[in-house]
Amino acid sequence: MIEIKNISKKYGNNIAVNKLNLKIEKGDFIGLLGPNGAGKTTLIKMIVGLLNADSGEILIENERLFRNNLNIKSKLGVVPQHINLDKELSIYEHMYFTGKLYKMDKKTIVDRTEEILEFLELNKHRKKLCKNLSGGMQRKLMIGRAILHNPDYIILDEPTVGIDLNTRIEIWDMLKKMKNDGKTMLLTTHYIEEAESLCERVALMDLGKIFYDDSPKKLIEKLGKKTVEYFKEGKTFYDYKDSLNEAKQFSNSLGENYMVRDTTLEDVFYSFANKRVE
Amino acid sequence: MEVLTILWREWIFFKRRFWHITSALIISPLLYIVTFGYGIGDSLIIDGKSYLFYILPGVISLTVMRTSYSAIAMRISISRLHEKSFENYIISPTRMQYLTLGHVLAGSLRGLYAGFLIVLIVSIFGIYLNVGFAFLGICILNSLLFSSLGFIAAMWIDTHYDMNRFTSFVITPMSFLCGTFFSLEEMPSVLKFIIELLPLTHSTQLLRSVVFGKDLSLKSIIIVVFYILVFFTLSVKVCYREDRS
Repeated sequence: MIEIKNISKKYGNNIAVNKLNLKIEKGDFIGLLGPNGAGKTTLIKMIVGLLNADSGEILIENERLFRNNLNIKSKLGVVPQHINLDKELSIYEHMYFTGKLYKMDKKTIVDRTEEILEFLELNKHRKKLCKNLSGGMQRKLMIGRAILHNPDYIILDEPTVGIDLNTRIEIWDMLKKMKNDGKTMLLTTHYIEEAESLCERVALMDLGKIFYDDSPKKLIEKLGKKTVEYFKEGKTFYDYKDSLNEAKQFSNSLGENYMVRDTTLEDVFYSFANKRVE
Repeated sequence: MEVLTILWREWIFFKRRFWHITSALIISPLLYIVTFGYGIGDSLIIDGKSYLFYILPGVISLTVMRTSYSAIAMRISISRLHEKSFENYIISPTRMQYLTLGHVLAGSLRGLYAGFLIVLIVSIFGIYLNVGFAFLGICILNSLLFSSLGFIAAMWIDTHYDMNRFTSFVITPMSFLCGTFFSLEEMPSVLKFIIELLPLTHSTQLLRSVVFGKDLSLKSIIIVVFYILVFFTLSVKVCYREDRS
């Protein structure tokens, strides 16, 4: 279990994370959504030990993470937002190097590498240097590297950013399989459909705080199951209703430029982000 | 285990860039031989030796210093600030002291390789140096010292521009001031005192003593070892620094 207790982080006068609390139970797959600058990456960096909190604490299996806490570190698999591969290493060398850093024996590294590269369809590119890989292959390799040592906790900071839809769907399938294997996962993403497809719990974050934390279904129900989307005076508006009847009644007064549809997590996020701006 | 992993990683880098690295390291010694060997020749004699022979220990010391320093400073600075791959070490279950030791040893080996190339090149030109255990030992101490300094600089400094400034203000002055190209005897006493505080002065003096068959100064050995201990301790400490780059 990961417990984040009253954690805060400032950069100069800017508060990136503000007295944030979050509990991630073992086996959870939680999505962290929020606009740019909400504090998601700062929170992730604190969880994996790259940044220190100004106050509060993060406990992983009741232990505090610090630079030489090898026990906790060996249970974490991290996929950062940016590509952080070693450009001069090949795919295979990358996996071998990571395995050695995680103190795996040679046979386990070789077996796991074969299995993961096969699964990621990177096997035929194994000798290619990272600097010669496409963005999608680099992203896949970063995920492969993060799960090589079979970690209990997988932290993914926008793992599919900047890659095409086909590769993104492949990565989603991979993440779903890892979830089925009982991994505890924390995902930040800008792709709402990603969170909707993968996460059983979604936390909406802005200004360094979590405002809503619930299942996608409940978040949608809270907003209203039906959305009336209409165009008026050169602008698109959204109105959320609890039932189709309510939505129809409302839309009768709108004329022609409207649409009634199911509310999605994207609507929840849009509504949340706009409320925050107001 | 962690140290060997880091050394393996750096070996792959070295192997892949072998000709780039080697060709760059050969240029400076060749220039010294042409400039101070053929250019000045035997017209300048210091301590009964030709000028080229006199400066060779200093040139080796200086090259080992620059290579150990820049090999590690450049590698870490790029992997930390540009590639961001250094954070993989921080995230992984690697002890900070071994993380430091692995990189310092890798930088030190690159420095020793540069020193070896000079000895090889001057021997092709008919200059044979007294290369024994003492010579190697001093080169090792010198390379460990400046590799540690490179590690501190790369971990502490958060922009490539400031890395260059550090080189300009710390490494370059040492290259010229620490008795590589001249005897310190003629220096004004205040300046001489300051120069004698710098580590390269002592490694150059030690190496010159070995090559010229003189007794080694215990004071210089202690000063060099002291610097290594201080720089290595600071290197480990700087690993705990929060990286906001």
